[in-house]
Amino acid sequence: MSTIEQQESDETEAETETETAVESPGDRRRREKAERAVEDEARREAEEAAHEFDEAVELKVFRYDPEVQGKEEPRFDDFTVPFHKGMTVLDALIYSRDHYDSSLTFRHSCRQAVCGSDALFINGRQRLACKTQIADLDGDTIRVEPLPHQEVVKDLVVDMEHFYEQMHAVEPYFDPDELPDDEMEEQRQSRENREKIKMSTRCIWCGACMSSCNIAAGDNEYLGPAAINKAYRFAMDEREGENRKQERLRIVEQEHGVWRCQTQFSCTEVCPKDIPLTEHIQELKRESVKNNLKFW
Amino acid sequence: MYEHDVIVVGAGGAGLRAAIAAHEEGADVALVTKLHPVRSHTGAAEGGINAALREGDDWDLHAYDTMKGSDYLGDAPAIDVFAQDAPEEVVQLEHWGMPFSREDDGRASQRPFGGMSFPRTTYAGAETGHHLLHTMYEQVVKRGIEVYDEWYVTDLAVTDHEDPEDRECHGVIGYEIATGNVEGFRANDGVILATGGLGQAFDHTTNAVANTGDGCAMAYRAGVPLEDMEMIQFHPTTLPSTGVLISEGVRGEGGILYNDDEERFMFEYGYANNDGELASRDVVSRAELTEVNNGRGIEDEYVHLDMRHLGEERILDRLENILHLAEDFEGVDGLDEPMPVKPGQHYAMGGIECDENGATCVDGLYAAGETACVSLHGANRLGGNALPELLVFGARAGRHAAGADMKESEISTGPSAQSEPGDVEPPVEPGAVDAGSDDVAADGAAVEPDEVLEHAVQRERERVESFLEEDGINHAEVRSDVQETMTENVNVFREEDNLRQALRDIRAGRERYQDVAVADPSRTYNTDLIHTMETRNILDVAEAITLGALAREEFRGAHWRAEFQERRDEEWIKHTMLAWNDGTPELYYKPVLLESQWNEYEPKERSY
Repeated sequence: MSTIEQQESDETEAETETETAVESPGDRRRREKAERAVEDEARREAEEAAHEFDEAVELKVFRYDPEVQGKEEPRFDDFTVPFHKGMTVLDALIYSRDHYDSSLTFRHSCRQAVCGSDALFINGRQRLACKTQIADLDGDTIRVEPLPHQEVVKDLVVDMEHFYEQMHAVEPYFDPDELPDDEMEEQRQSRENREKIKMSTRCIWCGACMSSCNIAAGDNEYLGPAAINKAYRFAMDEREGENRKQERLRIVEQEHGVWRCQTQFSCTEVCPKDIPLTEHIQELKRESVKNNLKFW
Repeated sequence: MYEHDVIVVGAGGAGLRAAIAAHEEGADVALVTKLHPVRSHTGAAEGGINAALREGDDWDLHAYDTMKGSDYLGDAPAIDVFAQDAPEEVVQLEHWGMPFSREDDGRASQRPFGGMSFPRTTYAGAETGHHLLHTMYEQVVKRGIEVYDEWYVTDLAVTDHEDPEDRECHGVIGYEIATGNVEGFRANDGVILATGGLGQAFDHTTNAVANTGDGCAMAYRAGVPLEDMEMIQFHPTTLPSTGVLISEGVRGEGGILYNDDEERFMFEYGYANNDGELASRDVVSRAELTEVNNGRGIEDEYVHLDMRHLGEERILDRLENILHLAEDFEGVDGLDEPMPVKPGQHYAMGGIECDENGATCVDGLYAAGETACVSLHGANRLGGNALPELLVFGARAGRHAAGADMKESEISTGPSAQSEPGDVEPPVEPGAVDAGSDDVAADGAAVEPDEVLEHAVQRERERVESFLEEDGINHAEVRSDVQETMTENVNVFREEDNLRQALRDIRAGRERYQDVAVADPSRTYNTDLIHTMETRNILDVAEAITLGALAREEFRGAHWRAEFQERRDEEWIKHTMLAWNDGTPELYYKPVLLESQWNEYEPKERSY
């Protein structure tokens, strides 16, 4: 180590000791590493700015990490990504992470629109990053943010716990009155009935609908479009008995259930699996009224 | 520390089924998954579930097709048990509410699939896996089975006996992704590895990004041999730009493959005059690549899969999902134009050696699903056999781990099953990453379960700490170099020189991995750290695949070798086995079982 470096490092240590006397060696190393990471990132950004791509997209990505110095305050980072035809927003995020900043954090897995883990707020709308073609987006810059109305854990990752709780609240499992006597015999379901529930069974639990819903944003107890759709899937399945259906309707017609829906269609609009969520909610409202009329 | 009777690692189809089965046996079960159950890759399965349900069909026929499809590398006891249990499992799934496609009489529909002598593939549109995954997760919710989601299991807690067959598994070490917390999970009765595929060892794969072979690598390092790892299935119809799968269902319904000259090449060039497009996946994959290599491919890369003639109504009824995939990921309207397809890595027939009850040679450690090798699929898995596999063997592993009285297995496992040593001489010493210190077995002669677990937790905490605190290179480059060399050199067509090159590249990757560190110092949702740990697993499984491919000097099923153009039954009806041996892979063989208590199978020549 040269003399100058030695001096600098001595100074750093001295500063550290006076500023935070309780800092452990591990914490200090982590802090120093974070500082270096911020510096490296700045240098990389400068290098990238100097580099010209033939064709490129500009990604503006929301960043936040509650425990890393320089990232506790939410901000946007810009990444320049070389563009090729067929490229999706997820591809661009992966490129940014692997080439510029390995701390860039987002969920993704199947990258074929079935695992539902990469629902994000892209150019002001809830979408699955993996099935959003960059070529289909307007504007020069793509703005990528975490799903609105959800607690941000870090960068683009939101806490899904509340969403899962609402899904579980509707007792999301098949519960027929009786099964065929012969245990090797299937229950019969008409093609028409399967067709009726088909769209509702396509939900991949991505949370886009919940995030787009104004009502859910203001009412934390509202079951939300995904959970109500899940209830619809079972309530409309002819293989479940009438009693069970009434129990299901009781769940969805409670105070924070179907009647909260104001038919704004934003859930239906953003659903990446094209599930007619609003329609399903309306149908459950009708069923619920019919059901109650019987007892009046 | 968390404590349960049975810990299931991975919550895809096999994990969920295992958890339900163990729960039904009265065990306190926990599922530990690095994703959330509904995010598992089982959800991406499209085609269907094979089971002999209808009149005119029989489990014997299903077993026979499976053995023939395996090119006589499957073990008869596994295949027979599989075909016998499958119908009950599928009907049970139906009883759990699975939204199968329906016949006019209301029963679940079945359709023809490649290599099946009867249309016995039950399906739910072209999104069977999605419905299976959600239906089973619903049953897990119904039963109140505990799920630890977004907990990455990084290691097993195994005693450090010299002989793997004396070792015991007492639990797993989990890393909580949201917080960076490392904790032990004590399993009183058993640990079931159900971590799925290893497709991320390749750069063109249908597998999810999460499929990094974690289970295989962990079990391997704990002393359980890996079996038939060279047997990688390449699916003939994946979209060229992303690797997204176009289901075999398209060909099952009558889809046709064309080359650039618009020739129906499966017939015109005689690749499979009996079965055409519905020949086994390995046959179709080789045919497509041969077309491309002979200059009859489109844009020198792919061929066309055409389903337009099936008509809009039929496509929408049975293959609607395919339209969406082609549109979203390739910008092609399948109703209007043919879809571009090429072969891509799809499935690992090999994996963790286990018997037909899921048990490995390490006491208390089980495996099920794609990460396991019972061996059911041998050298080639038939379409529609993966989903019943995870049902049948997930259930059996779950029951066995929970202490149910299973009949004694016919398949023997562990080093004592060895019939002869292997003699592959790799061009470089494969070497180990931190051999010794990184071995799973504890190094303090610990045998008390809590001690073994504590020791393993401590070791993982230190490993995580050093990744976070040290400076080093990014894992991403190491990972992509391995993926590239695997796709380049260990693909559908294999040659000795290429395989040796791949081994050199993997070895170089291992060396660079020693300098890997995590740039992101955060304890909160550190995906940089997760991917870095996964990359280690990718290195281990890539090496095992390549060594197996180098060792097997014949052409069987999915494994084609330029130098050996024949299936060599006298010498090669045996499994390639790799043991960890302190980080240096040790190769040996064990015999294939062509006889079970029900059937005896006579190898027949494959005719196309």
